Amino acid sequence: MSGSVSTVLLAAGSTGADPDLTRFGSDPFWLILIKGVAVFAFLMIMTLFGIVFERKVVARMQVRLGPNRHGPKGWLQSLYDGVKLMLKEDIIPALADKPVFLLAPLVSVIPALIAFAVIPFGPEVSIFGHHTVLQLADLPVGVLYLLSAASLGVYGLILSGWSSGSTYPLLGSLRSAAQIISYEIAMGLAFVAVFMYSGTLSTSGIVESQHDWWYIGLFPSFVIYMISMVGETNRTPFDLPEAEGELVGGFLTEYSSIKFAFFYLAEYVNLVTVSAVMTTLFLGGWQPPPIPGLSGLDHGWVPLIWFILKLLIVMFFFVWLRGTLPRLRYDQFMSFGWKILIPVGLVWVLFIAALRTMRDNNSSGLRPWLIAVAVILGLFVVAEFAFGGRRGEIDEDDDEDDLGPPSLERIPWPPPAETGAANSAASPIVMPAGPRQRQES
Amino acid sequence: MLSNYVPILVLIAIATAFAGGSIVISMLVGPKRFNRAKLDAYECGIEPAPKEAGPRRFPVKFYLIAMLFIVFDIEIIFMYPWAVAFGGLGVFGLVEMVLFVATVFVAYAYIWRRGGLEWD
Repeated sequence: MSGSVSTVLLAAGSTGADPDLTRFGSDPFWLILIKGVAVFAFLMIMTLFGIVFERKVVARMQVRLGPNRHGPKGWLQSLYDGVKLMLKEDIIPALADKPVFLLAPLVSVIPALIAFAVIPFGPEVSIFGHHTVLQLADLPVGVLYLLSAASLGVYGLILSGWSSGSTYPLLGSLRSAAQIISYEIAMGLAFVAVFMYSGTLSTSGIVESQHDWWYIGLFPSFVIYMISMVGETNRTPFDLPEAEGELVGGFLTEYSSIKFAFFYLAEYVNLVTVSAVMTTLFLGGWQPPPIPGLSGLDHGWVPLIWFILKLLIVMFFFVWLRGTLPRLRYDQFMSFGWKILIPVGLVWVLFIAALRTMRDNNSSGLRPWLIAVAVILGLFVVAEFAFGGRRGEIDEDDDEDDLGPPSLERIPWPPPAETGAANSAASPIVMPAGPRQRQES
Repeated sequence: MLSNYVPILVLIAIATAFAGGSIVISMLVGPKRFNRAKLDAYECGIEPAPKEAGPRRFPVKFYLIAMLFIVFDIEIIFMYPWAVAFGGLGVFGLVEMVLFVATVFVAYAYIWRRGGLEWD
């Protein structure tokens, strides 16, 4: 098993030639307009669909019905909600900084919408006799554009909390921003291994370089990205900014009407975007699964189906997390990002780099693996040297928290029965066929 | 090559038009029945604590996170061109990156030991 993985990791290599981006930027303006409106509509539909989808799936997981009133089987619920929010009164608190308070939802929602521009939906198709790529734009620095557009949204959060003139929004927005920027580092690290194998930053190039194997094979990167994208989008189990018990509504507290809706829109658009990034960078984008029988299904409009299918699977995973996991504590969450994800990411990148270098130098067999492992072990020795004392202190703290297995003495109430009569009467007779006895016999 | 950016501008225009338009429509069609209690800051229903007007102040530890972020994010961004060009760099690229990551690790260890990564 590990042998086959190693051959894949070693065989797929620096084949990523410069992708041909000349196909982009040659569309006539009407086509750009059509594609722009299509991307926008796709995001809107995915948002409206995603909210109902999430509510329905979580409802099934909690054995209840979920929204089922508006539209066929309740699928228009979020459209109704949106229209209703638009018709509500728009309140600006007296202490708010009015221009910034107005601007913040826009700063939040617009970058969320534009980040999707570089996501490839499919390969070249023909629209009204015009050959074009199912992707709005591609840049040689596509992923950088994606990251920068996605991180612009943080300004919206900060400004909204700061301008509300209220305590809860301020604290909620600061916490939210701290969370997003902390996990952005781990997210950026997760991409490095992908770039080493694709040899390009352009999203279409990355998808094309995944023709033979998907970068989900770079499993540690995949897991790091998976965790950090949940942190990035402020969702369960990392939805600390919306911890109602601590922060009321977080940065949303003072917002009402369409501005409130915009923050929700931004949140769900970001959810769709990070899912699409995962699809593009790790799950092969619009490529069909690398199964021999399916290799013919990678041109024309069919890849669009693969893309949407993968997107939906990733989104379902998000909902699944929400239905399963409780919320983390803030310090646990931040420690996890800074003390585990970042070092693991750095070490993994070096591991991959060492492995690839050894392969390029024609060392065969076990040797590259041994050298890579040696590099990693060396790093761990350095880390141990650096953190040794500190780690001991932390362990002591943990021991204090750890109460060990519960015992009767530690439970203050109700007091254990002190008359031995009841105990002795109860013990052997009441459970004659208990599991222990059965095992012994 | 710059023509690659035109579609992004188009998408920005669409998004801005949608967002601005929705806010204007909402302002036009929404009811306007103001009273003092509505305009107060929300503090769970009690009278809000008096605050000074003007910019809000917040704990300095959030600045610390922001600065750590800038330090590390720039280091990560530096790895991107290296990763893209990795195929052609060979052993030189590997050694350079090990040195670079070692320097990052020194900063990281320093922050950790000084308590920069402790949250309460």
